[in-house]
Amino acid sequence: MSDEPHVLPLRVYFAVFLALVAGTALTTWVASLDLGFLNDAVALGIAGTKAVLVALYFMHVRYSARLIWVFSIAGIVWLLIFIVLIMADYDMRVPVQGWTG
Amino acid sequence: MSEPTGALAHHFESVEQQSQAASVGMWAFLAQEVMFFGGLFVTYVVYRSLHPAAFAEGSGHLPVPLGTLNTGVLITSSLTMALAVRASQLGKGRQTALFIAVTMALALAFLGVKSFEYAEKWESGLVPGLHWSPAAGSDPYLNLFYALYFVMTGCHALHMIVGLGLMAVVALRAWRGRYSPANHVGVECLGLYWHFVDLVWIFLFPLLYLLHGPGRTHL
Repeated sequence: MSDEPHVLPLRVYFAVFLALVAGTALTTWVASLDLGFLNDAVALGIAGTKAVLVALYFMHVRYSARLIWVFSIAGIVWLLIFIVLIMADYDMRVPVQGWTG
Repeated sequence: MSEPTGALAHHFESVEQQSQAASVGMWAFLAQEVMFFGGLFVTYVVYRSLHPAAFAEGSGHLPVPLGTLNTGVLITSSLTMALAVRASQLGKGRQTALFIAVTMALALAFLGVKSFEYAEKWESGLVPGLHWSPAAGSDPYLNLFYALYFVMTGCHALHMIVGLGLMAVVALRAWRGRYSPANHVGVECLGLYWHFVDLVWIFLFPLLYLLHGPGRTHL
């Protein structure tokens, strides 16, 4: 952030808003279809896309210093490590429990 | 330098440095918030993988139209907050205050719909620990879904209530002309907080309301 703030044109905000509304309509509609395991993947894909739009434009990450990029990505990276390792744990437990009866 | 006197704390060399420090601090706080809500999301992932039928059944009771409506309300409030930050970048204090006021009205609308949903769950006996009498034949692990539902949406709503207080303070300061294009990091940080609250809901909505499964009764 400098003395001259980077002011985005209004149309950027309205375009992002319309994309978010479209994403919400899409995710609600897709949920009414039976896509098997793909339902979760599509729902999370849409939510992730919406989140990136909010972060890049509403939160100005795209126009922020590199240090802000590091901070904004760090939390997500740790969360993914958290989820992957804990699910690796739970997924490995099932056969062990089954084997010991 | 055009900023009001007293705007620069003595341990900073310039308002720009002070604003950057505040921004980085806010992002560090938000990274911590990701971990806070992350713990809840991980709990959700683990229990849902263990009891998928209970989660599908519980999700089926949630009103998708109200959830969709609230998602739209929150997205709109994020837009008005973004416009408030933009107005403060341009030095338009009163416009900033008005956009924040609209954001507050939308936040109250969201909480109104949410409390209506909570009341409906109370009447249906779907509040674990306090008023729990699910329909006969319900999944024995249904309480896990509803416990997570109330803790996750409750923590989210609590963040919104805190946000309402912060918005009131910043709107008042903006109305009184306490921010300038060179020194508006207070509005900026408020905006970051509010967009984060929006981000959490963007994930909560599909994960809680839109699970596909045999329990789905809406849509």
